[in-house]
Amino acid sequence: MASKTIKVRAKEKGGVTTVKALMTHPMETGTRKDAKTGQLIPAHFIQEVTCEHGGNTVMSALWGGGVSKNPYLSFKFEGAKKGDELKLAWQDNQGNSDAITTQIK
Amino acid sequence: MHTDAKRRIFLRGSMAASAVGVAVGAGLLTPQAVLAAWPQAAFEAKQVDQAIDGLMGSASTEASERIAIKAPDIAENGAVVPITISTDMAAESIAIIAEKNPSPLAAAFNMGPGAQGYVSTRIKMGQTGDVVAVVKAGGQLYAARKGVKVTIGGCGG
Repeated sequence: MASKTIKVRAKEKGGVTTVKALMTHPMETGTRKDAKTGQLIPAHFIQEVTCEHGGNTVMSALWGGGVSKNPYLSFKFEGAKKGDELKLAWQDNQGNSDAITTQIK
Repeated sequence: MHTDAKRRIFLRGSMAASAVGVAVGAGLLTPQAVLAAWPQAAFEAKQVDQAIDGLMGSASTEASERIAIKAPDIAENGAVVPITISTDMAAESIAIIAEKNPSPLAAAFNMGPGAQGYVSTRIKMGQTGDVVAVVKAGGQLYAARKGVKVTIGGCGG
């Protein structure tokens, strides 16, 4: 499954899979003002990122607007092997979401 | 005339959209996808202790040398500060807190089956201050902190 907003790489070495993901998202805090209109730019940020492998959610991240724009995420887990499928998904506070599946290399 | 009408409709549409956005941001409208699990009180807490309490159910942490915080000593751009937290403890969850941010809790991670005590991400830091890492392991809370100097604040203020 390709994704417009997630790039992910998962590599297994010595039994540990390292996942690195880069997401495209404005991650607006809701406290910033538009320079032209002076209006507050509404909060728009990823609230949850989950990673699934083998029927388990191996990692779930809960984020606020304090995570940088176009967020980067990396984590490690054991119990997977090369060729296994991994799914990474995010949901934001405005009801948007995206997901990607990749193979562990 | 034609362009005026189009412009009005466009503006109305975009204002409506942003009004919805503001309403959602203010917590007035709840889109179906909003998770019951997202700890709003913790993310909106203005104090570090409140944030930890809201997230982990307690603000009582024990200092630990087994938590490593990798963060720049000096962050040139407060909008993008790379932080890596790692621990050899059997971490159940890890929280990243920027002490001086208007809302200190930046991110929380829950480790599932097989996940190691390791997370890396990039956070916004509004000003020079400590990054506090809180690790929940064996039902206990542990914390470590590292000072990061911020030359240009990153909260958009």
